[in-house]
Amino acid sequence: MIMIFGIPGPLLFGQLLLGLINGAFYAMLSLGLAVIFGMLNIINFAHGALFMMGAFVAWILLDALGIGYFPSLILAPLIVGAFGVVLERTIISRLYKLDHLYGLLLTFGLSLVIEGLFRNAYGSSGLPYRIPDILQGATNLGFMYMPNYRGWVVLAALVVCFSTWAIIEKTSLGATLRAATENAPLVQAFGVNVPRVVTLTYGAGVALAAFAGVLAAPIYSVNPNMGSNFINTVFAVVVIGGMGSILGSIVTGFGLGVIEGLTKVFYPQASATVVFLVMIIVLLARPRGLFGKAA
Amino acid sequence: MSLTRRTLLAAAAAAAPVIARAQGTPTLKIGCLTDMSGPYKDLAGPGAVAALNQALLEYGVSGKGMKVEVLVADHLNKPDVGATVARQWFDRDGVDVIVEVANSGVALAVAGVAKEKNKVYLNTGAATSDLTGSACNTNTIHWVYDTYMLAKSTGGAMVKTGGDSWFFITADYAFGKALQRDTTDFVIGAGGKVLGGVAYPFPGTSDFSSYLIQAQASGAKVLGMANAGTDTINTIKQAKEFGITNKMRLAGLLLFLTDIHSLGLDIAQGIVLTDSFYWDMNDRARAFSNRLSPKIGGARPTMVQAGVYSAVLHYLKTATAMGVDKVKLDGAATVAEMKKLPTDDDCFGPGSIRADGRKLHPAYLWEVKKPSESKGPWDYYKPLATTPADQAFRPLDKGGCPMVKS
Repeated sequence: MIMIFGIPGPLLFGQLLLGLINGAFYAMLSLGLAVIFGMLNIINFAHGALFMMGAFVAWILLDALGIGYFPSLILAPLIVGAFGVVLERTIISRLYKLDHLYGLLLTFGLSLVIEGLFRNAYGSSGLPYRIPDILQGATNLGFMYMPNYRGWVVLAALVVCFSTWAIIEKTSLGATLRAATENAPLVQAFGVNVPRVVTLTYGAGVALAAFAGVLAAPIYSVNPNMGSNFINTVFAVVVIGGMGSILGSIVTGFGLGVIEGLTKVFYPQASATVVFLVMIIVLLARPRGLFGKAA
Repeated sequence: MSLTRRTLLAAAAAAAPVIARAQGTPTLKIGCLTDMSGPYKDLAGPGAVAALNQALLEYGVSGKGMKVEVLVADHLNKPDVGATVARQWFDRDGVDVIVEVANSGVALAVAGVAKEKNKVYLNTGAATSDLTGSACNTNTIHWVYDTYMLAKSTGGAMVKTGGDSWFFITADYAFGKALQRDTTDFVIGAGGKVLGGVAYPFPGTSDFSSYLIQAQASGAKVLGMANAGTDTINTIKQAKEFGITNKMRLAGLLLFLTDIHSLGLDIAQGIVLTDSFYWDMNDRARAFSNRLSPKIGGARPTMVQAGVYSAVLHYLKTATAMGVDKVKLDGAATVAEMKKLPTDDDCFGPGSIRADGRKLHPAYLWEVKKPSESKGPWDYYKPLATTPADQAFRPLDKGGCPMVKS
């Protein structure tokens, strides 16, 4: 058996792959955060709660209406995205002129309220959500037993991440979005309804979180706390990648997933902290993050 | 209105009869300190508060010439929060007894405070056997179960049926470590061996796949899950997903009824676990569960919630025997009296409390039913074995409890 740093090769490859899978969730969540921060200048702390809502909506759709996993993958992001639009219009939009800190506090408060409501209604031990039949089972990769569902998660995450990146960086819609962030009055003068663009962007960012939530539902139990387990790490990912950088958040998301995966083999106790260690080092060396543009 | 001597006197005169009346009927204050929002909310939490109120109702406190006031707080699974609440309750609010406290880290912190303030502490939710071992004291009773009991019952049963090599996935705090330590002793004592283990950060871990792959690579036959609540649920789900269950047997060292409910029988079937109470285990338990169930949203009580009922009932009996005034005055004397009186209630049947504060009753080994065997929600366990009360817990002289040596 090949040994790498005293660890059997197959075990190490397995961990790399698992790191990529977790990285897929980090990437999807930090992507939504980066989009929202880039366009709205809001540090959306409610992201974890909205991720959790995505999973719950999928569960409720199945439990109450018998709607399965794949329709939920579309419906849940739409429903939660619409909820996000309402949030943005009624509450968040009032803070655009204030310091970032206010947005952070507001969305943090919102996440506590949302999580509390779900905890009250559904308890804290979580609800079961079955893996869809077509993705049941696992494939033997030689070095590890890879559940088909996890493979699907990585694939779906990659597709969603890179389409989002392409829409923002390569299409005229994306160009309008970016222009509206740079100089809203000028874009408005060209006849674009900027507040509506901003609202829809927030809705889209929220929908991304909900999409990740539906993907997560069969892996983790559908649980009111599932978002808060992720959100701290995801914020570190956004900071390391560079606030507001789309590509940065995708690459960093996957990269940190792998680093965390490796830590789980060498020193599991530190696996929750290693991401923050990386964050400190990156901030010391490059205060704007790995992919952040200079001011 | 300016404050004059006359108004002060008037206020004092008005307040005086109230104070006199309060002295007439002594009020016992019971504080339920539990997890109201975190991973242990469902197995303890609001259901534990409901069980406490059920005990008060059935004992009929007002008919016995007592007044009882109940306070509830959330310890947030943080030992510092738990200790602070306990101090405030004892010092400021005049609480006489704290019950529940799921989470071993918080439980150990509260035990110290109860001893310091000479109050009573009845723990039902925490697992660490240190509460009646190195950390035992004159003011604490450990009611429902402990890591030694779980390790002996579940661990012992696994080794006997061929599961002689183990790998542990352990929550990195007082409870997980105690559970791994106690189980390791049994496995090695029975001729088995421990091939390795990982301690993962608690709380905040939801992905166990990495540890599961390490467990599989170790070649061990049994995966010991030294964790609880949502962590165990996620471990089991993911073990199934990664095909670990085809090669290893899962030992749920601490699983509650609510965990099985959350997992669903599809995934949980066949898991072997130990609980000291199951709602359907005999007529008395069923009767109790039927009385409590409507008050906890139709759910069935866990052993922790049953323990709150049982412990509070015994405390009230002791208060009647000793007199409420004496109970309020001296926590250690109350606990000493509780140890003298035999216990008996619908949940745990007849039992007793040992010198080190260990409540004794049988430990039951259960197997989770197949979906086809279950008659409906909450019909989840079938009995495998029973360890009698005198053998279920650690021998009195083996725990290292200073109170026993002297």
